[in-house]
Amino acid sequence: MSATEVLAVVGGVAALAGASWLPARAARVMGALCGGLVAFGVARAAFGLGAGLAGAAVFAGLLARYAPGTVLRRLTFLVPSLVLLVFVTTLLMYHAPGSPFAGEKVMSAQVEAALRAHFGVPKSAVEFFGIYVRRLVVEGSLGPSVKVQGRTVEALLGPALPVSVTLGLLALLLAAAFGLVLGILAGLKPSSFSDYASTGLSALGLSLPSFVIGAVLMVVFALKLGWFPVAGWGTFRQLVLPSVTLALPYAAYIARLARGGTIEVMNEDFVRTARAKGLSESAVVLRHALKGAILPVVSFLGPAAAGIMTGSFVVETLFGIPGMGQWFVRGAINRDYSVVLGTALVYASLVTAFNLAVDLAYAWLDPRIRSRP
Amino acid sequence: MSQPVSAASAAPSVPSGLGLRPSARAWRRLKQNHLARAGLVVVMLVTLACFLLPAVLRLDATTTHPALRHQPPSAAHWFGTDGLGRDFAARVLLGGQSSLLVGLVATLTCVLIGVLYGAVAGYYGGRVDEVMMRFVDFMYGIPYMFLVILIMLMFSESARGNPVPVFVALGLVEWLTMARVVRGQVLSLREREFVLAARLLGAGDFRVIVRHIVPNVLGVVTVYATLTVPTVIILESFLSFLGLGLKLSWGQLVSEAVGVVNPIAFFWWLLAFPSGFLALTLLSLNYVGDGLRDAVDPRGQR
Repeated sequence: MSATEVLAVVGGVAALAGASWLPARAARVMGALCGGLVAFGVARAAFGLGAGLAGAAVFAGLLARYAPGTVLRRLTFLVPSLVLLVFVTTLLMYHAPGSPFAGEKVMSAQVEAALRAHFGVPKSAVEFFGIYVRRLVVEGSLGPSVKVQGRTVEALLGPALPVSVTLGLLALLLAAAFGLVLGILAGLKPSSFSDYASTGLSALGLSLPSFVIGAVLMVVFALKLGWFPVAGWGTFRQLVLPSVTLALPYAAYIARLARGGTIEVMNEDFVRTARAKGLSESAVVLRHALKGAILPVVSFLGPAAAGIMTGSFVVETLFGIPGMGQWFVRGAINRDYSVVLGTALVYASLVTAFNLAVDLAYAWLDPRIRSRP
Repeated sequence: MSQPVSAASAAPSVPSGLGLRPSARAWRRLKQNHLARAGLVVVMLVTLACFLLPAVLRLDATTTHPALRHQPPSAAHWFGTDGLGRDFAARVLLGGQSSLLVGLVATLTCVLIGVLYGAVAGYYGGRVDEVMMRFVDFMYGIPYMFLVILIMLMFSESARGNPVPVFVALGLVEWLTMARVVRGQVLSLREREFVLAARLLGAGDFRVIVRHIVPNVLGVVTVYATLTVPTVIILESFLSFLGLGLKLSWGQLVSEAVGVVNPIAFFWWLLAFPSGFLALTLLSLNYVGDGLRDAVDPRGQR
C-alpha cells in the first residue's frame, strides 16, 4: 500500500471521528447537507436531474428545520462512512492479486490500456476512486460492469435489489415475530417445560448454519412432501422456504434476548405494582412488561438486518434466487470492481438507513433515551 | 452483611466459595452448571475423536473406490462412502480437525487484536478512544461477509484451500465485539487504585496495559472467546458453501452434501454426519460459553 492510500484511510477515520465533535449548530447544517446529498442520489435515479436537485434541496431544508439533532448528527456520519467504505473496498480490490482483464487470451499492453480507459479502471486505486466518485456524483451512475458486457451496474442491480429487500424484510419480520413469541412465552415461566423447549430450540437454531436448515427444509417440504417448490423466485410459494431459512437463526437469537428481557422486566417493581392494583395477568404482560421485554430485541434488529443481508448471500445461492448477494460473490471472484463497489454501497446504505430507523424506534420506546437532548 | 440469616441458610446448598481466587470461584460455579459441564465433555470428546481416531484406526480419507460410490453406512464404512467411494467417517473426522483448528486459530487472532485494540482505546480514552471506536462502528456497519470475501481475495488463487487466509480473514472480522467489550471494561479499570499504584511505581503505559490491565479483563475475554469459536466455525462453513473456504472441513462436507440434494436419491448420511457433528460441537461450545459467562459474572444468578 502506498503512503497516499494509508493517509487517505487515516484521514477518513479522522473525519468520521471529527463529526462527533461538531458543535450542535454545525452538526445540524452538515447533517442536513449529507441528508440532502443522499436524497439527491435517490431522487435523481427516480425523477431525473432537475427534479432530483429541487427535491433534494427541499428535503435538506426540511431536515435542517424540523429533524431532531440526534438524527442530523447520525447523518453527518453517514456520508463519510459510505465514502470510506468505497475507498477501503477499492483498496482491497486493487491489492488483491488478479485483475478483471486477466483472461486466457494474452492481451497486448495497448489493448489492456484501451480497455482500462474504456471501463474507467486505471492502474492505481486512488485514480479509480476519483473516477468512481466523480461518476457517482456528476452522472449518478454506478459505472459499467467490467465483466458483464454492455451493462451498467445499476442495470444489473436494479432488478436484484427488490428481490433481496423483499426476502430480507420478510425474514426479519418472521424472525422478530417468531422469536418474540417464543422468547416471551419462555420468559414468563422460567424453568418450565415450555422454557426448556424454547431455549433448546433456539440453541439448536444458533448451532446450525442456515444452509443446513435450508437443505433440510428443502428435502422435507419440497422433495418429500411437495408443498413448496425447490427453488426459484417469483411466486409466493417460492418465497416461503428461503425466508424461513434466513429467519430461523435470527429468530433463535431474538428468542434468547426476549426471554432475558422478559425475566428481567417481570421482576421489576412496576410489574409488582401493576399486579397489586389488581390488573389481570394478560394486562400486566401486554401493557407493562412487553415494552421492556422487546427493548433488547429492538437494539438487536440493526445487527440482525446486517446479518440477514449477509446470510442472504448463502440462501440466495442455495435456492437459486436472483438477488444482489449473487452479484457480489460473482463480482468479487471475477474481480468485477464496479459490481463489487455497487453492491457494497447499496448494502451499506440499506444497513445504515435501517440502523437509523432502529435507533429512532429505540428512543421512542425507551423514555430514558428520549428525554436526553 | 445486612442479611446474615439468608446468607447462612443459603450456605449449605451452595458453597459460597468466599476466600477463593476469582478464577477458582468461577471454575467451581462452572462445574455446577450441568449443561456447561456436559458441553465441555462433548467438546473434548469430539476434539479427541477428530485428532486421534483417524491415526489410531488408520482411516483413509483420500483413496477412491469407484465400485463403492454412495454406499450407506455399514460395518466397513461407519458413515458410508461419498460420491467418489471414499470412506466418509475418515472425511468427517479430518474435516473436524480443520474446522476446530479454524475456530481456535481465528479466535486467537481475534482475541489478540481485540484485546490490544480495546485496551489501548479504553486506557487512553478521550480523542484516541473516539477515533478508534468510530472505526469499529464503521466496520460494524459493513456486512461482515463482504470483508471476509474481500480479505480472502487478497491471497492468490493458488492459496485457495490453504487454511491461513481463512484464519486471517475470519480473525480480522470477528475482533470488533471483543474490542468493544474489552474497551468497556478497561474504561472502568483504569480508574482503579492498582493502576495508579503501578504508575506511581514508575510503570510506563505499555507495562500498565500488558501487566495490570489485560490480566484483569481475561475473564470476560475467555467468555467471549468461547462464544466466538462457534461463530467462526459457522462463518467458515458459509465460506465453504460459497466455494471460498477450506479444502476439507465440516462446512465443506455439508455444502457438498447440499449440492447433491436431488429428487431421485437422497444420500442422507452425507448431510447427517457432518452437520450432526457441526451442530453438536457448536451447541456444546455455546453452552460452555453461556456457563462461563454466568460463572464469571457474579450478578448472573438466573
